[in-house]
Amino acid sequence: MSETRGDASTAFEPKIVAFFCNWCTYTAADLAGISRMQYAPNVRAIRLMCSGRVDPQFVLAAFREGADGVLIGGCHPGDCHYQEGNYNARRRFELLRLMLRDLGIEDERIRLEWISASEGDRVQKVCNEMTEQVRALGPLRLETAPKVDGEGAARTPEPSAEALVGQVTS
Amino acid sequence: MLPETGFTPETPSTNGGPRIGVYVCHCGLNIAGKVDVAAVVEFASTLPNVAVSRDYKFMCSDPGQELIEQDLRDGLVNRVVVASCSPLMHEATFRRATQEGGQSPFYFQMASIRELVSWVTLDGDEATEKAKAMVAAAVRRVALHEYLEPRKSEVRGDIMVVGGGIAGIHAALVMADAGKHVYLVERESTIGGHMAKFDKTFPTLDCAACILTPKMSAVRMHPNITLWTYSDVVGVEGFTGDFTVRVRHRPRYVREDLCTGCLECIEACIHKQGKFEDEFNEGLSKRKPIYIPFPQATPAVVVVDPETCIWFKTGKCPQTCIEACERDAFDFEQTETFDEVKVGAIILATGFKTFDAGKMPEYGYGLYPNVYTSLEVERLLNAAGPTGGEVVLRDGSSPKVVGIIHCVGSRDAKHNLWCSKVCCMYSLKLAHMVKERTGAEVYNFYIDMRTPGKGYEEFYDKILKEGVHMVRGRVAGVTDEAASPEEEGHLVIRAEDTLIGSVRRIPVDMVILAVGVEPQPDAQDVRRLFNISCGGEGFFTERHPKLAPVSTFTDGVFLAGACQGPKDIPDTVAQAGAAAAEVLAMVDRGFVMLEANTAHIDDELCSGCKTCVGLCPFSAIAFDEERKKASVNEVVCKGCGVCVAACPSGAAQQHLFTDEEIFAEIEGVLAYV
Repeated sequence: MSETRGDASTAFEPKIVAFFCNWCTYTAADLAGISRMQYAPNVRAIRLMCSGRVDPQFVLAAFREGADGVLIGGCHPGDCHYQEGNYNARRRFELLRLMLRDLGIEDERIRLEWISASEGDRVQKVCNEMTEQVRALGPLRLETAPKVDGEGAARTPEPSAEALVGQVTS
Repeated sequence: MLPETGFTPETPSTNGGPRIGVYVCHCGLNIAGKVDVAAVVEFASTLPNVAVSRDYKFMCSDPGQELIEQDLRDGLVNRVVVASCSPLMHEATFRRATQEGGQSPFYFQMASIRELVSWVTLDGDEATEKAKAMVAAAVRRVALHEYLEPRKSEVRGDIMVVGGGIAGIHAALVMADAGKHVYLVERESTIGGHMAKFDKTFPTLDCAACILTPKMSAVRMHPNITLWTYSDVVGVEGFTGDFTVRVRHRPRYVREDLCTGCLECIEACIHKQGKFEDEFNEGLSKRKPIYIPFPQATPAVVVVDPETCIWFKTGKCPQTCIEACERDAFDFEQTETFDEVKVGAIILATGFKTFDAGKMPEYGYGLYPNVYTSLEVERLLNAAGPTGGEVVLRDGSSPKVVGIIHCVGSRDAKHNLWCSKVCCMYSLKLAHMVKERTGAEVYNFYIDMRTPGKGYEEFYDKILKEGVHMVRGRVAGVTDEAASPEEEGHLVIRAEDTLIGSVRRIPVDMVILAVGVEPQPDAQDVRRLFNISCGGEGFFTERHPKLAPVSTFTDGVFLAGACQGPKDIPDTVAQAGAAAAEVLAMVDRGFVMLEANTAHIDDELCSGCKTCVGLCPFSAIAFDEERKKASVNEVVCKGCGVCVAACPSGAAQQHLFTDEEIFAEIEGVLAYV
């Protein structure tokens, strides 16, 4: 991740992109902060208004740009600020996971969690757990696209991922 | 929340591409104690489009905001990134500063490096790297922000208050006195709430009825208040400033407009004696199928309970009640009716319930007749209660020794973790009153005495001087098994006295359980109805515990009283007044600024697949069958972005959350570090 972390081969630090809904999980992350609950710095949260705004393309783009895992956080079922956005998120998530499996991306690299505004401790727990799981899996290596060679291609598989992005919508 | 200055920038021009100002906040040592702020500033200055990169001790202070405004006015920058606390904390502040500097308030993005970084990261270097990533994401994103103008929406002048306890009553009266029309909705047949059940209030020992009932009748008489009792809110639509609320009125089988509250019908009822549990008296007395909860009930209109009325059950009754009514107020054909009103703001004052003492069988509630809850004893003490104010045991005799057990259901890992805040004080009040009325010896069993509040500690002192015994220790149990001749025929309270370090057995005649304060059983349903949140324990969540204690995350919905957490009467009334003031500020301003994050559909790109139409939970998307195009009604759109994520052709986009902006943010958090 950073140069200061020392030898990357011995200490793999996964990068995890998180999409948190404004009303529940992002608020919970704020609560974790206010409560000074320390957790792995590997998770970088992006605020969306609703987990239903998470376009599968965002997940693919995150993997393409070098994320080793993607976490999606929304309101508990029945609690969506927009009534049912989290249900849409769940449906898309299940379909996307099927597709990611076909691409050789392990289930543990993508996670959908319902975390309410009062569950700061859950943000801490989920971020730590996921960081450990992804760390155990090692860096994401997408299947190399046919025309690209070498180690570098594993981290920047532009053609295959580009193609993916086109295929997946809701 | 958006800037409310009413100031709009003159032109949408970005003056030749983005020039971004990055402002990194130290937040005293909250951020700077962990994050190397200088390194983040240095890093930010290397990012594309960044023209200025600065730091300041407190960006939210006036000089901090002035830094931003000055750079904007000097033309050094035209877009702003502030790396500081959470956007939920200060986004509005910095958007306002951006607008004051002459730019659209939406040419702004916040990077949360306090809540999401410095406060949650152990290692300083890691925190600094993460902070850089968050700043990079914000910089990449803000460069793509489009020109948007703040949207204004009118605020309706009428207000709804849900819940007619002291909180709802006080809030309604304040706003009605200010000339606003208030709809006060109460589900019971009378307003007054819990306070109406009390005899005296701590610490001044004011008579509760003497201070409450004038306010109740003021509500009834107020020309600006529409009082709906025996009614519930069943639907809420719209948004801040413009809610449509649907209210259901349950039938009481007596016309409110005709009943004068003479109570002749109750006298005339075929049941000569009360036969059914009287809910208002906590089941300590019996009522008839036709009743009024208490003499000062407001409105003073009787209610017929169809569950127990012979006419409703069998259809065979001489209907002596109807005969007795000179006003012909009876209407056994009544059914539920509905009203739909439009209001600008809503105050929720739905109150609390007390802990169910039956959940702690060790205290013998329900097993031993002379174990009472505090609320039951409030009714016994009340002159209008089942015993006319006499504290007597179930057999009618007067207790000689009374034990009050504090913290029943509160501060207990098995039940509720929280302190219910009112029990210490009301237990002292009950000790005083029971002693005064019966001359009994009174023992209070407490864990800690909590008496913060004006005059509260002094009240505690006074009770001690009156000779009430205080035993410090949690009570293990209540039993009727005597271990010695003097315990025979008594209830025995077993407790450790931690001050003398021994276990004591104290024989008493009456046990009073100081039950704690809990959320209403249907708090979760109410929360969903009004689209607000609850904490884990079930009380409604305020927008900010210190700075916005009566607001909620749903603009236009406010809180008052114990629905937000345990509170005594002074705090409840203060909070109700605060909620009323916030509503008045909003209504009198006449408009609210709305979030700009609505969805819109590009006509050119729309393929007419209608995927979005069915997904929108607010029916904000219309479809033009002739042109085969969908379009968003931005007034109705609440900005979730579900349709945007679903649109297969990329025609639907969300202001402030476009695909490109989010892609840029993803690249930002991953690209640089």
